[in-house]
Amino acid sequence: MAWFRKERRERTTTRQRLEIPADAWDKCDQCGHTDIRDKFDRNLQVCMECGHHRRIDSRRYVAILTDPGSFTELYGTLGSVDVLGFEGYPERIAVARRKAGTQDAILTGHGTLTGVPINLGVMEFGFMGGSMGAVVGEKIARLARRSLEERVPLIIVSASGGARMQEGAMSLMQLAKTSVTIAPLKQAGIPFISVVTNPTTGGVSASYAMQGDVNIAEPGAVVGFAGPRVIKQTIGQDLPDGFQTAEFLLEHGMVDIVVARHELATTIARLLRMMLRREPLPASS
Amino acid sequence: MAFELEFEKPLVDLQRQIAHLKRLAEEQRLDVQSEVAPLEQKLSELRREIYADLTPMQRVLVARHPRRPYALDYLRTVFSDFVELKGDRLFRDDPAIVAGWARLGERSVVVIGQQKGRDMKENLRRNFGMPHPEGYRKALRLMHQAARFQAPVVTLIDTPGAFPGLGAEERGQAEAIARNLEGMARLETPFVATIIGEGGSGGALALGLADRVLMLENAIYSVISPEGCAAILWKDATQKERAAQALRLTATDLHELGIIDEIVREPDGGAHADPDEAGRALGEALDRALTELEPVPRDALLAARAEKFLRMGRFVEA
Ligand SMILES: [Zn+2]
Repeated sequence: MAWFRKERRERTTTRQRLEIPADAWDKCDQCGHTDIRDKFDRNLQVCMECGHHRRIDSRRYVAILTDPGSFTELYGTLGSVDVLGFEGYPERIAVARRKAGTQDAILTGHGTLTGVPINLGVMEFGFMGGSMGAVVGEKIARLARRSLEERVPLIIVSASGGARMQEGAMSLMQLAKTSVTIAPLKQAGIPFISVVTNPTTGGVSASYAMQGDVNIAEPGAVVGFAGPRVIKQTIGQDLPDGFQTAEFLLEHGMVDIVVARHELATTIARLLRMMLRREPLPASS
Repeated sequence: MAFELEFEKPLVDLQRQIAHLKRLAEEQRLDVQSEVAPLEQKLSELRREIYADLTPMQRVLVARHPRRPYALDYLRTVFSDFVELKGDRLFRDDPAIVAGWARLGERSVVVIGQQKGRDMKENLRRNFGMPHPEGYRKALRLMHQAARFQAPVVTLIDTPGAFPGLGAEERGQAEAIARNLEGMARLETPFVATIIGEGGSGGALALGLADRVLMLENAIYSVISPEGCAAILWKDATQKERAAQALRLTATDLHELGIIDEIVREPDGGAHADPDEAGRALGEALDRALTELEPVPRDALLAARAEKFLRMGRFVEA
């Protein structure tokens, strides 16, 4: 499991720096630390200096959370339709598909994690801000049903601005639709792990993202129902430092645990193995 | 009449004219029936005409009308024997949601609804009908209580939406709504929700995952307010007409989309023109829905509730 390996920090000498082309450098927008782009990438886009977690796409989370070669995509051909005749929506879908390179705002499939079969859904923020319309709702509903039928744990990684406005109340109903498929998992004793990443707001935070047996947050992720901008507008003052961050949610009892990206797979694997009464992971991992 | 909507102005003028004539008749002991009758006829025709042809944004204004009947009004007219129960048993009572036991005809039910204020003072106390997490948690507590006593749950939805404030976020309104959705999905008792005014986003749905979803004719139900939608999409809140149109938030739209099950007709001129008549229609619709749901075995009820929401959403599959 290559993703668990800690990168050893190397000193870059001025000499080396000069030999590297300018576009190979990257800068952390949290602390300003500058380093080789590839190093950021090998560190799962977590800043080597301050630990800031940058956004990564759905494919990357699949690579982190499944054993190499084990993942098979499901429901990949589902596509959004302009159900309301909402002006500009078809164009926005087309642009989003080009930009994000995904069919819609979630990638779903099955695989294994340290050999444990899982059903995995990862939201794609790059697709219209990870907004939840009928496709996201349907894919999660199918995945949860599959988990129920096969008695396989469900993991959903969220990153979303909320319900997709262009599908009107139909997008709001996806909160209900996903909830009616997740509720039976609880009764059947099938683990559902929710991972919330930056940002998870609106309708997604008010449905499956907060319904996990275990809710895990990535460090620094902004999670809440109302977005920070809207709250600021309502109360007419600046928000306190760290408001709605993962650490704030942890302190207020809304998430179980804040886990760094490097530890995400092992933490989930350890939990699942205990919940499912399977043997522990070998100490080396 | 302290408040009038722009498009209601011709109605208000006519009403004033009629009132004036009647006062005159009384003072001077005149018979004005021949003058009043045609005016009253005209008034009811005009009322029907105006209300038959409201734009979506006009309907939004009717749904928000400050004289529109609220949950507590229906609790007086449609229900009897109401005993209000308060508090979430965790933090505090949320006056933006009222709840308790009541009778609908013969049957005992638990009624839960968002409640707006009639004046500024009451609105501050009730937070304009925008619940805090405590409100959702109180609602779920009493839904569970209803199920324990095998009583149906009736919700009356009327909220601009969840409250974007510090306390609401700090105390986890996302989690509270999410937990309600899960709780309602498993609630083992007949459950009818009615949108009586504004069905604002997650704050509305937090009381809305029901076996039957009814909607008053002039109510609205939307993922976002027209003003909010316009501000986000066109960076211009004055485009709310355009947004109200695009969002398809009227009862007719939502019925066509299969999101609600039934439209409850309002009297001409809207529920605020004749609250008793609005209440009568609501009571009848609730009674009909509950009569259908009560004999259904609980597991079949839950399966049908899930199935109903599973059908929502259109997509293509290559
Ligand atoms: Zn940094």
